[in-house]
Amino acid sequence: MAEVRFEAASRIYPGSETPAVDELNLDIADGELLVLVGPSGSGKSTALRMLAGLEFIDKGSVYINDKDVTLSPPQDRDIAMVFQNYALYPQMTVASNMGFALKQAGVPKDERRKRVEEAARILDLEPYLDRKPKNLSGGQRQRVAMGRAIVRSPQVFLMDEPLSNLDAKLRVQTRTELADLQARLGVTTVYVTHDQVEAMTMGHRVAVLDHGKLQQVARPRDLYSKPMNRFVAGFIGSPAMNIIDVERHDGVLQLAGQPVPVEMSTADALASTDGSSFGLGVRPEHLALIGDGGSGIAGEVTVVEELGSEAFVHVATEHQGERLTLVVRDEGETSTQRGDNVQVGFNGPTHIFGPDGERVGS
Amino acid sequence: MSQGKTGPVVGQRTIGGYLLSLLAWVVGLLFFFPVFWMVLSGFKTEPDANGPPKMFFEPTTEQFSEVTSATSGLLSAGQAFANSFWAVSVSTIAVMILAIPAAYSLSIKPIGKWKDVLFFFISTKFLPIVAAILPLWIIAKELGWLNTRIVLMVLYTAMNLPLAIWMLRSFFAEVPKELIEAAQIDGAKLWGQITSVILPIVAPGIAATALLCVIFAWNEFFLAVQLSPSSGGATVPIWVTGNVTSRGNFLAKLSAASTLATLPVIIAGWLAQKRMIRGLAMGAIK
Repeated sequence: MAEVRFEAASRIYPGSETPAVDELNLDIADGELLVLVGPSGSGKSTALRMLAGLEFIDKGSVYINDKDVTLSPPQDRDIAMVFQNYALYPQMTVASNMGFALKQAGVPKDERRKRVEEAARILDLEPYLDRKPKNLSGGQRQRVAMGRAIVRSPQVFLMDEPLSNLDAKLRVQTRTELADLQARLGVTTVYVTHDQVEAMTMGHRVAVLDHGKLQQVARPRDLYSKPMNRFVAGFIGSPAMNIIDVERHDGVLQLAGQPVPVEMSTADALASTDGSSFGLGVRPEHLALIGDGGSGIAGEVTVVEELGSEAFVHVATEHQGERLTLVVRDEGETSTQRGDNVQVGFNGPTHIFGPDGERVGS
Repeated sequence: MSQGKTGPVVGQRTIGGYLLSLLAWVVGLLFFFPVFWMVLSGFKTEPDANGPPKMFFEPTTEQFSEVTSATSGLLSAGQAFANSFWAVSVSTIAVMILAIPAAYSLSIKPIGKWKDVLFFFISTKFLPIVAAILPLWIIAKELGWLNTRIVLMVLYTAMNLPLAIWMLRSFFAEVPKELIEAAQIDGAKLWGQITSVILPIVAPGIAATALLCVIFAWNEFFLAVQLSPSSGGATVPIWVTGNVTSRGNFLAKLSAASTLATLPVIIAGWLAQKRMIRGLAMGAIK
């Protein structure tokens, strides 16, 4: 059980000018499952490896339970890590793989066996304890990698995209099991993924990184409903939020000739912001198709994506003299078809981002 | 292969495939033929071995007993095999003890300018050994090492070390980085990482490298004949040439001696192969 703290921690790879992780500040509470998410090259894996002790920390510090571990080798940090490719010891059986850390720590054989069997029971690995990794399926190998981590009861679990080598169905199933296991064990966990759905479904809090910089750290629902900048707005949510450059005419933001509804406080904030070019973000479910005769944004349907319970309709319209496609959520079994002429109206909150990309309001 | 499919591309490929298999067999048999002929000649009488090749002959072990029975004044087979055994095994073990840490520091935790270091290791191999033999002889004489096993142990170690470092380095470089990181996180210190994780994975590579060192040292002739030609340190290749006489026929005897000389190498190869078949790092990642 432990708290983890990054204090302005940076990693600059030799021969590179820009830091892979740039002054990361992050507090992770005891027992929390924090997800680091971002596109490739965002520095999320580097940040995890800095916490693991596998990556040198050029500036700043990292603390585990208020102990400065910035310069400690991985052996001395009392952490366990699950690697993307599992990194099981090929010449050892499942039991030896899981017991390896205990053996290194000098735990007696009987105790070792007891703890390995306990972990094997939790992970349904009991029948496989005498097998070698090469004789296991991908899902079983993943569980052995998990078992190797939990057997030690470490201070912190580190997981580097542990599900990305599983097929889609198994991934969803394992995701749930993993979240449940973490909650039961109550061990502080830092989980890295590039998959925002995984981040949203698993994380107690989610930290979004881009180009080595922390963009926002918040509970999943806050990240979704109140993204602090354009990057987070576009990264979180599937299908992605519609983000459009809009201009201010007579103090009002306009989308395809229609005024964009904003809250009073946002209107006030806009009034005190210079510049005429802003970012408008609106999620597909906050747009709606309105019947003929309504006064919305006129457009033509180009694609209808039927997902069963819902459908996403792509509507091509014209905005500031250029073609613009809006994605609109519609109900399942929609009668809308490609080629239909439709009107799109606002049906929920909008997100306004200033010229610098930072959030102004809704 | 792709039966049921037709078309010129597939057809050509199949014919090409057959030709390649045939070529592989022809080349393989061509390489094996001298060995086969040597073994066969060892079982012939001298007149049979020296006469025109015969399809059928009466096999005899006469040559084998003759070459193994000690002749007074000459190097005995037992003496030669013992000298070879010590020179080869001590040098091979010494090479491995030195090459494994070197390979580690050139691949897993590469030192600065490791490519230059690697080149320096191999650079002695460019030197024609003939050019070095006189200084080597003087040094050996000063040390009192002429006609001893020690001089060969030292020189065979030096001879095989560059090759062993090069080979082992590439095997070590194949060890997945994550495995070593996992071992670090699991609390293994450097020694534990090497013995529990790295060495078991590179074991096939170590076996292959050791085998080559054994073969090269076992068959080495030039250094042995220059520095250690008499019974105190003379090795098997010298004993084999001892069966060459200036008078009378010796081909069958020479073949029998050569056949005996290859046996230890075959045994070493067989032992190493059992280790080499297992794939590197199977099932470690993904």
